[in-house]
Amino acid sequence: MYDPQPPDVQNDQTVACADARATVVEMADIWKAFDDFQALSGASLELQAGEIHALLGENGAGKTTLSNVLTGIYRPDVGTIRLDGEQRRFHSPAQAIAAGLGMVHQHFRLVEPLTVAENIHLGRPELPRRLSRRRLISETAQAMEQYGLTVNPTARIWQLSIGEQQRVEILRVLLRGARVLILDEPTAVLTPSEATELFAVLRRLAASGRTIVFISHKLHEVLAVSDRVTILRRGMNVATRPAAKMTPEKLAKLMTGTERVMEAPRPSKGRGKPVLELRNVSARGDRGLVSVREASCTVHEGEIVGVAGVSGNGQRELTEIATGLRHPFEGTVAIDGQDLTARLPGDFVSAGVGHVPEDRIGSAIVPSATVVDNAVLRAFRTGELSRAGVMRRGAVRVFTDRLVTAADVQLPDIDVPIANLSGGNQQRFVARREAWAADRLLVAAHPTRGLDVRAADQVREVVLDRRDAGCAVLLVSDDLDELLAVSDRIVVMYEGRIKGDFTAAKARRKEIGYLMGGGDLVGGAGAEAPS
Amino acid sequence: MGSLFNALHTSIDAGAVILIAAMGSLLAERSGMLNLGMEGMMALGAVAAVVAAGQLTSPLLCLLVGIAAGALCGLVFGVVTAVIRANQVLTGLALVLLGVGLANRIGTDFAGTPMSTTFSSWPIPLLHEIPYIGRALFSHDPIVYVAYLVLPAAASYVLFRTRHGLNVRAIGENAAAADAAGLRVTATRTIYATIGGALAGMAGGWLVLSLTPTWTQNVTGGRGWVAIALVIFAYWRPWRVVGGALLFGGMISLGFLAQDQNWGIPAPVLAMLPYVLTLVLIVLPAFVPSIRARRAGAAPAGLTLPFYREAR
Ligand SMILES: Nc1ncnc2c1ncn2[C@@H]1O[C@H](COP(=O)(O)OP(=O)(O)OP(=O)(O)O)[C@@H](O)[C@H]1O
Ligand SMILES: [Mg+2]
Repeated sequence: MYDPQPPDVQNDQTVACADARATVVEMADIWKAFDDFQALSGASLELQAGEIHALLGENGAGKTTLSNVLTGIYRPDVGTIRLDGEQRRFHSPAQAIAAGLGMVHQHFRLVEPLTVAENIHLGRPELPRRLSRRRLISETAQAMEQYGLTVNPTARIWQLSIGEQQRVEILRVLLRGARVLILDEPTAVLTPSEATELFAVLRRLAASGRTIVFISHKLHEVLAVSDRVTILRRGMNVATRPAAKMTPEKLAKLMTGTERVMEAPRPSKGRGKPVLELRNVSARGDRGLVSVREASCTVHEGEIVGVAGVSGNGQRELTEIATGLRHPFEGTVAIDGQDLTARLPGDFVSAGVGHVPEDRIGSAIVPSATVVDNAVLRAFRTGELSRAGVMRRGAVRVFTDRLVTAADVQLPDIDVPIANLSGGNQQRFVARREAWAADRLLVAAHPTRGLDVRAADQVREVVLDRRDAGCAVLLVSDDLDELLAVSDRIVVMYEGRIKGDFTAAKARRKEIGYLMGGGDLVGGAGAEAPS
Repeated sequence: MGSLFNALHTSIDAGAVILIAAMGSLLAERSGMLNLGMEGMMALGAVAAVVAAGQLTSPLLCLLVGIAAGALCGLVFGVVTAVIRANQVLTGLALVLLGVGLANRIGTDFAGTPMSTTFSSWPIPLLHEIPYIGRALFSHDPIVYVAYLVLPAAASYVLFRTRHGLNVRAIGENAAAADAAGLRVTATRTIYATIGGALAGMAGGWLVLSLTPTWTQNVTGGRGWVAIALVIFAYWRPWRVVGGALLFGGMISLGFLAQDQNWGIPAPVLAMLPYVLTLVLIVLPAFVPSIRARRAGAAPAGLTLPFYREAR
């Protein structure tokens, strides 16, 4: 059965004894500026032994920055850090690690061509000078057993799934003797079942006396796993509260400073002509295995088709086929009746296709280029922005300003490299740019991943606006609630095949979950679904 | 028959210069430092050895002076690119111009005079008496044995069998990850740039102390560039560099052989051979996708990328 929310824990019990716990870390009045952008303005954080402490805040609030200050990656301009009551100053991650502070980064820091065992042992002082493969592997296996996290020690990082890579990161930090473990948006990239596993691990670690700092935008899971919550807004503390006393609505209000306005559901105004037509397409994935099999799907004007499924079942490849990035070896792809099979991505762009890809850093932005350059990546050929192949600088800046304002991107100015923006702000930027580029079809993969509550609402609004303007939308998400909330139709992908086609109004969570797990609806819809 | 084995002897000697320099470049590149200034560092190493030979009588001491000159250049390169984070490519190119120019300037006074001290060959007992093969393989000067046996063995042992080597490779692949694991990125890169420079200086020093025992202008003749190409050709693996160096040495001695035997090929064409080979090996992957894929996968992913902890 599909359950997007992690199982509940006994919060009351853990919170009851919270007061008796010793304070491990105390960060007070931390200030940090990047050039003239003030990322932290007097933030503080207090952590106790054995607690799971959630750190919340909107995109760009300074959560990652605060964690980086604690783990010696950034040096604060002002502020004190006390560890076990003693004032400390870390000049490098090495010193923070030695003091027992470990971090699992938002974008993993693993050395791809090295093996799991090598990554886990990297930088460990206990590692003998002379390497023995056998010893490395056996020690890795031993540590995996001890912490109940298993990955093949001889596999290379690039061969692992995201969930496995995360386990490697956690193991590495634990093996270095971390007492305080900071996880920066660990669940953003995990499937629901991987997330459930992670929570079990975190609880075990906390029970053994370690302190866990947990950053997330998914308020349900925050309340389910954490003991206390600290909320940041624009680099300042808003509140620290026991999780048991909070609700998702209260948290959202503390984060944004305003009530969350829930938009009423917006049903489609009716669909028009078919825009995207996939007929029996099959394609290979990156590793050469067939990952989309004989998939057929039609998306019409003014319609959002949601693609549900456990990630890794061919959704990414499907979005790439629909945008020309991947060529099917069988079947046809048409936009507005025009056959675009085996044509270049540029032809899809000309046909009015916008794409919010799953891997934003790898394929949606050029990290080292400025925000301005990234803004016009799609539209630079239009007469508005260039004339006879020469960019119109003024117009380009106006365009960028409009985009940044519309997407509510927080940034120092539009001439900084886009890599300097926080993860969530990059995502807002890409989602809006692609929505603008999409005249006929918007293909969006996890467009709200890593976004705070308000930004996620805004991106969903953008998607609905495109639809109401007559655009066709193909939306991939592993958040079933999100799909049910915005889609007009839902299809399910399992092992590369498209199964089931539900009208959103009639879709039942249970049936979809059953299909996602590999079930079939042959004998009457849902007849075989287990109760 | 005899001339063939003579050619083998020459190949080994000619390959040794490139081998030593390439091993230096390989080590530096494994830590993420691409120093295009090999040619300049070799030239300075060579001229330093020439100047030293005027004062010192031991070829080994002269070689050490050459090594020191190269190491100093490597250190400067390391500080400028790893600590101050200047662009590696530009800094390397500047080093070529500066090194070659300076070496030629200093060398003018010495041009044409034969070296007063040179390495002499060290035939290996018994083995060198084997007919033909013995002379070709086992009667070289000591640095040649070091180049073909000690250097690759040490480099490959350190890189792939020790903790330190693992650290170096991690730093070359992903400096941010290595830093997060507590490794010393900047220090390691500076040290490896220095080692790379030292070996470039050694290659230049040995060139004038043994292979062409006199100073001539532009004595390095592009060998520094060939060394950089060789590392790419060898997929950044020490023992493959040995194979590649022999191949280049073979091309050079093929030129000599052709002249010797009067094959009627014009000398300039023969002299071009090693450089043509370099060009072919570098361009080849454009036409052979499987080589392209292997080469792309083998390059340290962090090559030439500066590391700044507070950057995203
Ligand atoms: N290295 C840096 N250089 C320049 N600006 C930076 C840097 N790191 C962070 N910032 C800026 O500081 C602000 C806070 O960033 P931070 O990454 O801490 O946000 P966050 O709370 O983690 O957001 P998200 O939920 O989107 O990950 C952002 O506006 C970002 O642009
Ligand atoms: Mg962040």
